[in-house]
Amino acid sequence: MLVPLAALAAKATDGGLGAAWRAVSSRQAVAALELTVGAALAVAAINALFGTVIAWVLVRDAFPGKRIVNALIDLPFALPTIVAGVTLLALYGPRSPLHVNAAYTRAGIGLALLFVTLPFVVRSVQPVLLEADREAEEAAASLGARPATIFRRVVLPSIRPAILSGAALGFARAVGEFGSVVLISGNIPFHTQVASVLIFQQVESDAPQAAAALSLVLLALSVAVLLAIHALGRERA
Amino acid sequence: MTVSHGGRARVHGLRIVALGYLAAMLLAPVVLVFYRTFEHGLGAVWSSITTPAAISAFWLTIEIAAIAVPLNAAFGLLLALALARREFRGKALVEAIVDLPFAVSPVAIGLALVLVYGAGGWIGGALLHAGVRVIFAVPGMVLATIFVSLPFVVREVTPVLREAGEEQEQAAATLGASPWQAFRRVTLPAIRPALTYGIVLSAARAIGEFGAVSVVSGDVAGHTQSLTLLVQQRFENFDLAGAYAASALLALIALALLPVLSLTKGRRA
Amino acid sequence: MIALRGLSKSFGAFRALEDVTLEFPAGSLTALLGPSGSGKSTLLRAVAGLERPDAGKVLIDGADVTALPPQRRGIGFVFQHYAAFKHMSVRENVAFGLTVRRRPKAQVRAKTDELLAIVGLEGYADRRPAQLSGGQRQRMALARALAVEPSVLLLDEPFGALDARVRADLRAWLRRLHDEIAVTTVLVTHDQEEAMEVSDRIAVLNAGRIEQAGAPREVYERPASEFVMRFLGPVARVGGRLVRPHDLELRPHPVDGAVEAMVARVVHLGAEVRVELTDAGGEPFAARLSRAEADELEPVAGDIVWAAAATEGVVPAATA
Repeated sequence: MLVPLAALAAKATDGGLGAAWRAVSSRQAVAALELTVGAALAVAAINALFGTVIAWVLVRDAFPGKRIVNALIDLPFALPTIVAGVTLLALYGPRSPLHVNAAYTRAGIGLALLFVTLPFVVRSVQPVLLEADREAEEAAASLGARPATIFRRVVLPSIRPAILSGAALGFARAVGEFGSVVLISGNIPFHTQVASVLIFQQVESDAPQAAAALSLVLLALSVAVLLAIHALGRERA
Repeated sequence: MTVSHGGRARVHGLRIVALGYLAAMLLAPVVLVFYRTFEHGLGAVWSSITTPAAISAFWLTIEIAAIAVPLNAAFGLLLALALARREFRGKALVEAIVDLPFAVSPVAIGLALVLVYGAGGWIGGALLHAGVRVIFAVPGMVLATIFVSLPFVVREVTPVLREAGEEQEQAAATLGASPWQAFRRVTLPAIRPALTYGIVLSAARAIGEFGAVSVVSGDVAGHTQSLTLLVQQRFENFDLAGAYAASALLALIALALLPVLSLTKGRRA
Repeated sequence: MIALRGLSKSFGAFRALEDVTLEFPAGSLTALLGPSGSGKSTLLRAVAGLERPDAGKVLIDGADVTALPPQRRGIGFVFQHYAAFKHMSVRENVAFGLTVRRRPKAQVRAKTDELLAIVGLEGYADRRPAQLSGGQRQRMALARALAVEPSVLLLDEPFGALDARVRADLRAWLRRLHDEIAVTTVLVTHDQEEAMEVSDRIAVLNAGRIEQAGAPREVYERPASEFVMRFLGPVARVGGRLVRPHDLELRPHPVDGAVEAMVARVVHLGAEVRVELTDAGGEPFAARLSRAEADELEPVAGDIVWAAAATEGVVPAATA
């Protein structure tokens, strides 16, 4: 498994580190990276918010059909990315029943990424909420704290690591996401071109060295994020 | 949960926000695809997914998954046992490698495989010489699928093994069970839910893999075109109905897997 | 019968067992007694084959089993936390050893029923371990270990996870069981009362070595070292010697060989009276008197008495 990645590294530096740097710092590549990271960050933040709300509702609330809803959360995990792409394009692209057209826009990319990374925060926070010590919250209530305060001071600190690690996993996934984005984004350079699609384009147009260099940047980014999660987890343990 | 009067409204409010978000983000797209698919009637859909290209794409996807998933399951199980029960040097490295497929973009994985196994690649040239074609052929797709679906079994089973501890297996040994008997009768039943969950996730990923196989396969209809690649090709040929049909098929498979996921997840601990 | 010769085991830099040589007579119930970290569990597990000794031999009924895995030693093992097979019923748990040996179903069923009756779990055959109490789980574990008719039964702090009342009941029950089914049994415990009550022989371990091995009475009344004496029961230091508080006699007037002390406190413990004393050097110690003796002496805080040992006591090692 390590061998292919080593090959990536080797190819990236084919032609020297200078070439690799140039490939990565070309205006097009930088634009793509900026878009990718920016979108991933925005999506991670939105997920952190909504994911927590959803997790809260799933754990603390009860309503008919809750089990089905809970099962549906895993849908983005189970659904092929290209199908997600087609689906989202159907909903938000031309001929959309909502009369919006987010095709070839950054919003479209954002929507696709939101779909794909939705489960991460939810699934990360749910187990922590399930195990949470209700008594601490009850104690706070008996001391006169309002629900919002209880959440802020008692619940949030205990679930914050889970939110962060879920958001970080989602970020790592979003940064590399390809299948769901490739259709709706339209791959317009400098506008809606995500890094992974640019890499694909470079491979197809026989520029493997540039593709490899860019891949390594993405990889380094994700690895850094994953390492941060691991470190966070170890700190907690 | 006892709530004050104002609290009830808050509970409802949160519920509406959560469900609304989910409906918009999850349900709407999927429902729409099915709607669009069957818009023109069942007949059209059926002929769309029974074209020779579609049928061969379907069987190719199944074939690849049938190779990748059992391999990942067996290897993942071994790896989980090693990670949970043994101390060895480089253990942290192995754990990091297992997580790697989550960190790498699928297209990067595809590219890396091409670099190694492709015609100009490190061992690709030698393999071609021996008559074994990896890239732009099915073996490459299998490799890519294995790579991306590898972590699931390991990640699900390892914590369960760690929690369970080794005492039950030791007890089995003192009672006369051979290591294989102990594994079959004691270890396996204990990890069955987690193992199933991991295998199903792995299978879902294997069937749905797109980015990596896209780079690796060359997308030759009838030969190296999986179902996911078929969807993309039809889409690019403006065969929207065809693309929706194939998508619906894949979505159906995914939806069928969901209940299994949900059931085994509950019994994991 | 079990024989250990020169058994040594280290975990990294920690020497768990140091050249242990010991014999367990056939049909006896021996307690391995010692504090945490003394190596008693390691010793037991070495007999079982769950730990490989660095040096030495383990012989069971004359055969050298040192190189054999647990499966082939003919032992039964009971773990402190039961190690129940959670996903099997009680019956399947007890039957496990026979099932893996592929015994005929009828035979397995009969033996399982017999054992369930012996341990008093007849009605629970189809329950899961999770539905049993701790004491019931441990009885199931015993039945399970006995099902394969081992030549040696090894129990690793079997009652450690149970509460005091259940522990006392199971202790007595185990002794009765052993009297009926006389398998060579080794019991690891840190509770000296348990060791005294249940066993025929006690082997006291300290830091990986056997300090003394013998019948409970011998180990209690004639301890070989200060460690053994302190571990087995309360100790009073009087006149440079260690004696049992029971063996102290208090007199209101000087006696040959007695030590002068002041009564600090008198505690009435029902059948006994504990008299807490301070000697001339200000060191506290205690004497235990029967009610009759206390009634005669009528000690009161502040009294000066003379304490004499009825036995020789153990001369303590050089004190710090």
